Amino acid sequence: MIRFLLLRLAQIVPAFIGVSLIAFAFIRLVPGDPIEVLSGERGIDPERHAELMAKFGYDKPLHLQYFDYLYNLAQGDLGTSLVTRKPVLSEFASLFPATLELSIAAMLFALVLGLPAGIIAALRRGKPTDHILMGSALTGYSMPIFWWGLLLIILFSGILQWTPVSGRIAVIHYVTPVTGFLLVDSLIAGDIDAFQSALRHLVLPAITLGTIPLAVLARQTRSAMLEVLGEEYIRAARAKGLHPWRIVLLHALRNALIPVLTTIGLQVGVLLAGAILTESIFSWPGIGKWLVHSIFSRDYPSVQGGLLLIALCIMAVNLLVDILYGMADPRIRHARE
Amino acid sequence: MSTPLLEIEDLCVGFASERGTLRAVDGVCLHVEKGEILSIVGESGSGKSVAMLALMGLLGAEATWSAKTMRFDGIDLLALPPQARRRMLGKEISMIFQEPSASLNPCFPVGYQIEEMLAAHTQLSSTERRERAEELLRQAGIPDARQRLKAFPHQLSGGMNQRVMIAMAIACSPKLLIADEPTTALDVTIQAQILNLLRALVDETGMALLLITHDMGVVAETAERVSVMYAGHQVESRKVEALFDAPRHPYTKALLEALPDRAPAHGHLPAIPGTVPGIDNRPNGCLFHPRCSRMQEDCRALEPPLLEDGDGLLRCFHPCGTES
Repeated sequence: MIRFLLLRLAQIVPAFIGVSLIAFAFIRLVPGDPIEVLSGERGIDPERHAELMAKFGYDKPLHLQYFDYLYNLAQGDLGTSLVTRKPVLSEFASLFPATLELSIAAMLFALVLGLPAGIIAALRRGKPTDHILMGSALTGYSMPIFWWGLLLIILFSGILQWTPVSGRIAVIHYVTPVTGFLLVDSLIAGDIDAFQSALRHLVLPAITLGTIPLAVLARQTRSAMLEVLGEEYIRAARAKGLHPWRIVLLHALRNALIPVLTTIGLQVGVLLAGAILTESIFSWPGIGKWLVHSIFSRDYPSVQGGLLLIALCIMAVNLLVDILYGMADPRIRHARE
Repeated sequence: MSTPLLEIEDLCVGFASERGTLRAVDGVCLHVEKGEILSIVGESGSGKSVAMLALMGLLGAEATWSAKTMRFDGIDLLALPPQARRRMLGKEISMIFQEPSASLNPCFPVGYQIEEMLAAHTQLSSTERRERAEELLRQAGIPDARQRLKAFPHQLSGGMNQRVMIAMAIACSPKLLIADEPTTALDVTIQAQILNLLRALVDETGMALLLITHDMGVVAETAERVSVMYAGHQVESRKVEALFDAPRHPYTKALLEALPDRAPAHGHLPAIPGTVPGIDNRPNGCLFHPRCSRMQEDCRALEPPLLEDGDGLLRCFHPCGTES
């Protein structure tokens, strides 16, 4: 198991370097530079522009800039935001809990509805229930995030006025940050009003962000369950006289979980990418919105550092999924030992 | 004669298809006495497994079935609600399958799977279940039973897994054990061990054994009575000695002649010409007539009924041993 973990960690290193290179190169392909954008519409004296570019080291050849960047990275220094003059790492750390809270809520929404939908569709294969569930899943999967988010806002915030339009919590509330998760922190502070406000703000973005993972999970669960339900050990379990629900929820689901786990792992990447759009629609103060602003202001260190940290999160989740495989399937576990 | 343990009359199973219902099992009659070993023998696709799945109530939704009588231990299975029927499975009637390693759930230790059977049908506490599971593994001839409880199916050989399946099947002391080709997937030495084990368990526990096989050798070694199936029909049924000494149905006779032990020392092993008709192209009249050496005109047109013949059953107009 330890050997397996070390091997997987070693595989992360090249992926990490690759991401750093892509992030470094792509932001520099975007026309304009940070100084030009910061100086605004009135422009800047070319001499002053060159002086500032030199100050930040952007006058050096690209490969030297990249090596400088890698050198700093190796020391744990992600650089300083050109806009806020704060270290990228601390900016990220202060905004990441908001994104994480949103992503977890979205994933829970997807799991709580997607797994049962997939199981029921598999059990009712070919019947109207199956067609309705899978038709809805396809619709959800095909819905562009920004469009879906706006539709939800029009209905629930506009017409029904059940939920706020944007933000993370009503401004009248102040919650002392402990975990960074407003739902948790408001409970720690014992502030029920703040908790309710945070929850009402969270609902729509979580649904918007969770819809695609929900659809993918439902379809994956259905096909995994259908495959497993045809296995001989399911017939043998029925021959044992076990309760049908025990057969479905224990014997079949346990085996179907392995492909479903893969899907969950892959959807985490989709969630973080989707967070960029969702956070922009709902003005959710997380890394997605921050990253969009950093790109607009050509804030090189923030874009590079932010992408790298997001990539790191996705890699960590995939590693976690790999470890969970072993827990779900004893054959995989024993093969690793 | 006391009432038989299992009594099935005129069992039919059909599968819906585009061209109407296809009959996989047609008019099967079985009776099994308490403590008896009955073997159902037939080629692949002869309907023997499907008939047993119908008895267990485990046919898929695409299958339809009917029977005139289906009684087990005095209980009318046809009148029993599905829930009560399900509760009988594992407790009164249990079943083992052809592929032992595929019949055990790969995600759970074998001990857990045996204890689960006990939890479903008995009032034993969890410690008692654990002890009983260990005892069952030992009874099924598994060494180091205590350690094996924690093993997963992929860590055991096919033969060991079949022993686990057997341990599980006898866990609640069923009155009938159905073994569906229990040795087909195992190699020859293990086959003999498993058959010996099954026979010993029948003697020890007094349960009846319904052994499904395509191997006449297995029948000769194990069973007391045998029922031969061909293309969904039962063609002959009688005591093993009588059937081996003087087969009445031409198909049975041809099967026995094709056994290597019975074949002439030199020359080719006799074979039955042609193949078993598929479920969708069964001939008219006697289903065996296109391949039968004793075929006459009436065999083509009329389907012979299943009739009493001596101490057994026979479905043939011109049986062996009678000159026409």
